[in-house]
Amino acid sequence: MKVRQISIFLENRSGRLASVLKEVGRAGVNIRALSLADTSDFGILRLIVDDVDKCVKALKDNGHTVSLTEVLAVEVPDHPGGLAGILDVLSGAGLNVEYMYAFVCRATEKAVVVFRFEDSNAALAALKKAGISILPAETVYTL
Amino acid sequence: MFNPQAEAMPVAELRKLQGQRLRDLVERAYGHVPFYRARMQEKGVKPEDIRSIDDLARLPFITKADFRDQYPFGMFAVPHREIVRIHASSGTTGKPTVVGYTRNDIENWAECAARSLACGGATADDTVQVAYGYGLFTGGLGMHYGAEKLGAAALPMSAGNTEKQIMLMKDFGVTVLCCTPSYALQVAEVAAQMGVDLMKLPLKSGNFGAEPWTEAMRKHIEELLPLKALDIYGLSEVAGPGVANECLEQNGLHVFEDHFYPEIIDPATGDPLPDGQKGELVFTCLTKEGVPLIRYRTRDITMLMADGPCPCGRTGRRIKRLMGRTDDMLIIRGINVFPSQVEDVLVRIEGVHPQYLIIVDRQGNLDTMEIKVEVTESLFSDEVRKLEALRDKIHHQIKAMLNVSAKITLVEPKTIERTLGKAKRVQDLRKLT
Repeated sequence: MKVRQISIFLENRSGRLASVLKEVGRAGVNIRALSLADTSDFGILRLIVDDVDKCVKALKDNGHTVSLTEVLAVEVPDHPGGLAGILDVLSGAGLNVEYMYAFVCRATEKAVVVFRFEDSNAALAALKKAGISILPAETVYTL
Repeated sequence: MFNPQAEAMPVAELRKLQGQRLRDLVERAYGHVPFYRARMQEKGVKPEDIRSIDDLARLPFITKADFRDQYPFGMFAVPHREIVRIHASSGTTGKPTVVGYTRNDIENWAECAARSLACGGATADDTVQVAYGYGLFTGGLGMHYGAEKLGAAALPMSAGNTEKQIMLMKDFGVTVLCCTPSYALQVAEVAAQMGVDLMKLPLKSGNFGAEPWTEAMRKHIEELLPLKALDIYGLSEVAGPGVANECLEQNGLHVFEDHFYPEIIDPATGDPLPDGQKGELVFTCLTKEGVPLIRYRTRDITMLMADGPCPCGRTGRRIKRLMGRTDDMLIIRGINVFPSQVEDVLVRIEGVHPQYLIIVDRQGNLDTMEIKVEVTESLFSDEVRKLEALRDKIHHQIKAMLNVSAKITLVEPKTIERTLGKAKRVQDLRKLT
């Protein structure tokens, strides 16, 4: 159920993001979802891709600092308050969200939110118990 | 102790002896070396103004550049027929610095090298493998004469040919090793390849020097070789190896003060600094005849330790392990900063050697310091707040250590320029005219 997300350290300089994305493209890796966290000095690019290992290798070969993080991809019910309901479940279980970002799944036209938790096992259990749909990793990679 | 009378001399007596020797030294230098006479006249000091060791600070400094300007024999104070040996230190730029020794100079140097060996417990019963280079460099011959003076058997291996070094070390039952600390590690590495278990050999002490090393390296050497690894200090301008050596306490290097008088000065102002404060090491060679040396600036950074008498009984003051060179020193808002201190902070945070660059600039009348640190995988976190916490931690520890506030910038790997595989550590953009 857990999705492997690639995180890349970026300096906050023009052209850095483009250069990384070009390397990913040159490796023949397709990006499924992406988010960028930034501060005035640096940023962290987070990617979900179709071929994680190939992407990591290409980035490392080009000298980037890369890490792999486990995240959960949660399907959000398509009605007002859908996301709020999920967050209720999480706070009810005492789980803290480190960060999250959303994208729309082309096949199902449903919103998917990627969550990063300190304790992803506990989060997985809590979400499952509440009957919330979590996308399998394979599905996310091939979205 | 090789010479307890000299090495454990009561301090008051030692200062008196130093004062007498200083007076003689200044007279010899003033009388026989035009360079010294001119310098003292410039400063308005006459030999008769120097009465005790406390008057030392009235005398001018000399530098390596002064030495070079007097190439080859301008610093010599005796007729050539009294010189029995000449050494020269390699100059990376230009001419080398040349030192001539009289028979007494060689005798005194051998005495101090013998004391250094005895610091590790060596006696006439020992076999001393000298794996410093023999030649113009003072390391090999200095320790060789010291071993003979001690009455030990000197094994003049010089540097290199490591397999043979190990074979003879084993077959001859060598007990004392003299070489650079990095060579000691190489010996251990090659011995392992040869299948020789060094830990079974009768080695007991090592006098390692001629290059900067760390406590971690000492620990490593002592894990691989069954000996006490002791730091030895010396430089050819002063004599050679044996100016100072650690005792078995391994807590600072005793200076053999009846021959070499140490001072620590602020490298920027030249003012003497109190014990316990870090600055440039300056030596006056109280007994030297061939090339008298008065207040020679070594460019080495250390401090005189201020923690009371050493349990070993030696009364010669101790200098700390060398902390750097004045060549590398930056003065930021009046505070002396060494790149090695920044490196220490970074190593302590992650236990790795990150690449970094110190950028010094001036905004208005204020110096600014920025430290760029390459984010390696061990430093990287996927979360912004953890990276910010890392940045703040570096900032605080730099501030605590250097008393200078630096902007810390995390940068991508391989973005700091490297020349010949070695990273450039400092970029000083201040335009000071």
